[in-house]
Amino acid sequence: MLTETRPSYRLTGSTGDWEVVMGLEVHAQIASKAKLFSGASTAYGAEPNSNVSLVDAAMPGMLPVINRACVEEAVRTGLGLKAKINLYSRFDRKNYFYPDLPQGYQISQFAHPIVGEGELLVDVEPAHGEPSYQFPVGIERLHLEQDAGKSIHDMSDDETYVDLNRSGVALMEIVSRPDIRSPLEAAAYVKKLRAILIALGSCDGDMEKGNLRADVNVSVCRPGAYEKFKATGDFSHLGTRCEIKNMNSFRFIQQAAEYEALRQIELLETGQQVDQETRLFDPNTGRTRTMRSKEDAHDYRYFPDPDLLPLRLDPDFVEKIRASLPELPDEKRIRYMHEYGLSAYDAGVLTADADRAAYFEEVARGRDTRLAVNWVNQELFGYLNKQSLEITDTPISAAALGGLIDLITDQTISGKIAKDVMLKMIDTGKSASDIVEAEGLKQVTDTGAIETLVNEIMAANPKQVAQVQAQKEAGHAKPKALGWFVGQVMKNSGGKANPQAVNEILKEKLDL
Amino acid sequence: MSDLTRLSLTEALQGLDRKAFSSVELTEHFIAAIEAANPSLNAYILETPERALEMAKVSDTRRAKGEAGRLEGAPLGIKDLYCTKDVRTTACSNILGEFVPPYESTVTQNLWDQGAVMLGKLNMDEFAMGSSNETSRFGPVISPWRRKGGANAGLTPGGSSGGSAAAVAADLCLAATATDTGGSIRQPAAFTGTVGIKPTYGRASRYGIVAFASSLDQAGPIAKTVADCALLTEIMCSHDSRDSTSLNVETPDWTADVSRPVKGMRIGIPKEYRLDGMPDEIEALWQKGIGWLKDQGAEIVDVSLPHTKYALPVYYIVAPAEASSNLARYDGMRYGTRQLGSDLLHTYEQTRAAGFGKEVQRRLLIGTYVLSSGYYDAYYLRAQKVRQKILQDFRDVFQTVDALLTPATPSAAFAYGERSDDPVAMYLNDVFTVTANLAGLPGISVPAGLDNQGLPLGLQVIGKALDEAACFRVAGAIERAANFTTKPSAWWPSA
Repeated sequence: MLTETRPSYRLTGSTGDWEVVMGLEVHAQIASKAKLFSGASTAYGAEPNSNVSLVDAAMPGMLPVINRACVEEAVRTGLGLKAKINLYSRFDRKNYFYPDLPQGYQISQFAHPIVGEGELLVDVEPAHGEPSYQFPVGIERLHLEQDAGKSIHDMSDDETYVDLNRSGVALMEIVSRPDIRSPLEAAAYVKKLRAILIALGSCDGDMEKGNLRADVNVSVCRPGAYEKFKATGDFSHLGTRCEIKNMNSFRFIQQAAEYEALRQIELLETGQQVDQETRLFDPNTGRTRTMRSKEDAHDYRYFPDPDLLPLRLDPDFVEKIRASLPELPDEKRIRYMHEYGLSAYDAGVLTADADRAAYFEEVARGRDTRLAVNWVNQELFGYLNKQSLEITDTPISAAALGGLIDLITDQTISGKIAKDVMLKMIDTGKSASDIVEAEGLKQVTDTGAIETLVNEIMAANPKQVAQVQAQKEAGHAKPKALGWFVGQVMKNSGGKANPQAVNEILKEKLDL
Repeated sequence: MSDLTRLSLTEALQGLDRKAFSSVELTEHFIAAIEAANPSLNAYILETPERALEMAKVSDTRRAKGEAGRLEGAPLGIKDLYCTKDVRTTACSNILGEFVPPYESTVTQNLWDQGAVMLGKLNMDEFAMGSSNETSRFGPVISPWRRKGGANAGLTPGGSSGGSAAAVAADLCLAATATDTGGSIRQPAAFTGTVGIKPTYGRASRYGIVAFASSLDQAGPIAKTVADCALLTEIMCSHDSRDSTSLNVETPDWTADVSRPVKGMRIGIPKEYRLDGMPDEIEALWQKGIGWLKDQGAEIVDVSLPHTKYALPVYYIVAPAEASSNLARYDGMRYGTRQLGSDLLHTYEQTRAAGFGKEVQRRLLIGTYVLSSGYYDAYYLRAQKVRQKILQDFRDVFQTVDALLTPATPSAAFAYGERSDDPVAMYLNDVFTVTANLAGLPGISVPAGLDNQGLPLGLQVIGKALDEAACFRVAGAIERAANFTTKPSAWWPSA
């Protein structure tokens, strides 16, 4: 079920209700072969400091040269976010000292980003059977910037090692408006954004490798305050925000936001104030802690990078990219509704995540769509949700699930038996046919065997037979007591009797 | 045969061509001259005689095979701001320690590709920040020039390319590379009776040249004659995909422009370059220059560049701002010197306090300040706006004139210690030269006479963007008219 109403997320404190306001900054690594301003490789997992050019190491006299492929991916992403492409943009230097920042500045786009305002439709699927819904998130901007290297503090007690392989890798920073109103929505936003990036091919979305990570800005306010902010654009209606840095899992995003909102409420309700600061989430404790307070905030001394010319895009270049855009999740959703005859909800659930969509399409290929949707959406996703697993962690491959569905289609097993088979597949890792074979779960379609069962049950239960006749006489086309007989037959057959055959034989014997 | 070192680059190339001498012979003369003179002048901070002889030998073989490049066998000096593969490069700063680049700058590569021979690395102000060469980690260069009659006080050859100018003036190389961010080629050329040009911004690649202020830095030569300068500029300039600000333009035949008559050219005389308290000799020299060009048939036009007075303050905001960021990479982490402190911050502080000299520190502080939040708009942003006005001034006057003639410096060379206690007085050295950097225009300094103490003075010709041709043409005319042949008397030991 898809509803248009967006539930309001309220947290109840000791002094009343609170609402949460969130905006996210997502850093997505561009899936390019070379870095943003150098020819060094971006390959993951290389020996430390092996993918480092003279430019990346900031050797004297080395100069950045823009990688056109990265510009193209940023534009592609901007178009995928239905955003304004700025034909003029510019690179600025963000100055600060750190050993993993060889130049002493990060080249970023501060004043003039390559992509301006856009919008993203987020699909939210609450747990516990609450209705799903969609809501829009404004995209403020997308800009290009360099990643820093990696400081490794645990290789030595008193020394820090630096790996510059990541130094200079191209990132897209995608900044949302503060349109996100619950921790679940925050995770759903990143999920949808990730699906779009993967569909576009501009980022591989691999969160484990840190190729997609989110900074979550969280503040709390009283009910009604957010609406005042929306009406006026005046941020003073909102609470002081804290930024939780560098989160690379949907679960952590949700947990961190939940914890952070409650922490802020606790502060406010005990007469303290929320300090604007940067915080880190510790997955082991489930808490956030101060990383940098406002007082320690750097003065980044942004200014235009004089080594680089402003980026001027040819409108034709943009149009060419627009013409080559692949199918995006929202378009896929509409296609699923038409092509597979799916409901908006089913189509939304399947297309919210590129991996899910790919999984579904594999299962549905050459099979009954209805069955495929039910088994993917209800049974498999239901199981995954219960176990807090992502589709990428699924214990059943699309091919294996397809094999199970094939057994239902050719009436080897009933849908009911199939559910048990699926759980056994998860437990054992065996194929559906192996399990059905080994456990003798093959459906009984032998009418003789079913007749014998029916005769036995009718003989043992004359009262129920009379009841069916009475209901028939009273004009009921489908006497309720018939269901009782079906249940009995199924029970006595160990669930293996073909329900359709049981129905037919019962109707004949009971003269219906 | 010590006369070989006194040849101009063009003459030497002719001599090599007619086999009057070999590159090895020529190089040996320079090596001997450097060995004798350098302890007195301190122009070279690193001599590379073995490499020079090896390059000369290879060059002679190439020439014998008929594969001579345009600079085949010509021994040159290289400013220490240029990264030279396998040869220590320090920008004359302690912070770079004994840094040896594993790469070659595009400009020097262009020279080697045409057969040039490297004699060594030349002294300069630390990170090219200075106008007197006294901020070098290796100590000041002593100008080959001395005041007539007076005490033999050590004079500055100017800066930051002081080593380049002194080496050329003292015949310790045929010519030298230099760089110019606010006047660092033209002012030392003027102080030493040599010719130096800063090409249009983007003509020469900045790849492999230690950065001072990216939007102003430009490579160029210092040489003995305008023709030598033209030849070197042709070879040094090239489009380079490794420098995003490098211009993708053809390099014309500038050597041909040097002798082209100036008849019919319109030469602008900007009134704002007449400063209060400027020595009479400078004004007199300027008038002399105007007369020479008039005599050769050029039309003299009085023009105005109304924003000139803001150029120096704008320069001293923009250049330090860029430098404060460009020099952030010298953090003691990957190369150069490191002074270990108690923690990371302390290590940064110790390293940079010990590694950078006073003048560099002063500019880094100014640059950091003008980019700071709360000051950015008032300083950096405003300076950028005024920079646009200065550029517009030039665009306007170049609607009506072909080139501008100005003095190169507001005075002749000064003695060490005379100005070093007052940074602002020192900064005034650049008053006539910074405008061309801010506007990205080509500017050439050509020797035009001596002051009453016998020290050289230069005139500057500023051209339109990419019109180095006009600079060479007018400079050639001045060179012919001035007939400046005076050399410093060699008070230093000779070979």
